[in-house]
Amino acid sequence: MIVMEEMLKVFQQHRGDAIVVSGRANRHWDGISTIKNRDLSLGDPAMGGHASFALGLALAQPNKKVIVFDSEGDLQMSLGVLAMIAEQKPKNFYHFLLDNECYATTGGQPVPNAKTIAYDTIAKGCGYPAAYAYTNLESFSVNVGRILGEPGPAFVAMKIVPEVENVPIGQRVPRLRRTKDQGIADLRAELGVSN
Amino acid sequence: MTTEASLSPETVLAEMKKGGITHVVWLPDSETNWLYLLMKAEPSITLVAVPREGLAFSCAAGIYIGGGTPIILIQNTGMMESGDSMRGWTMGLNIPVVMMVGYRGYTRHGVNKDTAATYTERFLNAFGIQYYLVEHSSDAPRISVAFEEAKKTKRPVAILVGDEYHGFNR
Repeated sequence: MIVMEEMLKVFQQHRGDAIVVSGRANRHWDGISTIKNRDLSLGDPAMGGHASFALGLALAQPNKKVIVFDSEGDLQMSLGVLAMIAEQKPKNFYHFLLDNECYATTGGQPVPNAKTIAYDTIAKGCGYPAAYAYTNLESFSVNVGRILGEPGPAFVAMKIVPEVENVPIGQRVPRLRRTKDQGIADLRAELGVSN
Repeated sequence: MTTEASLSPETVLAEMKKGGITHVVWLPDSETNWLYLLMKAEPSITLVAVPREGLAFSCAAGIYIGGGTPIILIQNTGMMESGDSMRGWTMGLNIPVVMMVGYRGYTRHGVNKDTAATYTERFLNAFGIQYYLVEHSSDAPRISVAFEEAKKTKRPVAILVGDEYHGFNR
């Protein structure tokens, strides 16, 4: 399994100027990213929506690379999103899946059939032209640059070491350094949009 | 039940274009086939099909934040299914989006035989979402009102399409 922080440090080397919807990677990404105004961390507006949100961004900004860090718990809630994304064929869209096999936020309970699902196979079956699965950092590191250099959509599933925080949600240290509104405003200013 | 079309799909499409819509995020309902064919042929609009209506709200949020102007086109049943997505991705992020909602079961506040109709307006009222009823082509200006109100309030606004039995599908 891959340690998320180490993976993100490798990813950062290949990020370029892509927009990154960091999802549940934000706990580490915020400290690693060097282009904060192209990062969007929204916390958890509603589960299951990060990939489709990032698709919307990619459709509105077809000349910018958009990368989303999704989670397997979210993806299971909206598996149809893979068909939705594949149909649009966004060449600028890269779908990374952080599969820690559990709902870390609520104490680490397993997601349904946690150990046996091949998300890359499902993505390919839904029409993604490229889908990969990595269980170790070395394989990911060797391939991530090539994947991001090819047209999307591409799906990259990674088995991630779970980081379970067994503290009541209301007592956790807030991870967002900017409010959602500020993050959105910063990204829109960076993109020059004012609709 | 009249066989005359009271709300023409051409009128709806014209309102969408007037509103500067760039993307229609949608899941078909029983009455939108003819509108679908018109939208598909319209070069200024990208159709984004969703497999479940909740994804329309998150996708629309992404489109708006990225600089596009989305509209959500779903049935009342799907709107109710989407409650938490609507809350988190549009109301929680201040997204000005119009949702055009097929009012399945609508009987002009007559005797409801379809619980989808029974709960549609109650659902919108519970969320505090402003809505406008459009039954005939003469109601079409309400669609533009909805666009303006969404922009002004940065909240979703609903258009309830109460023309299911009048041949909106023509």
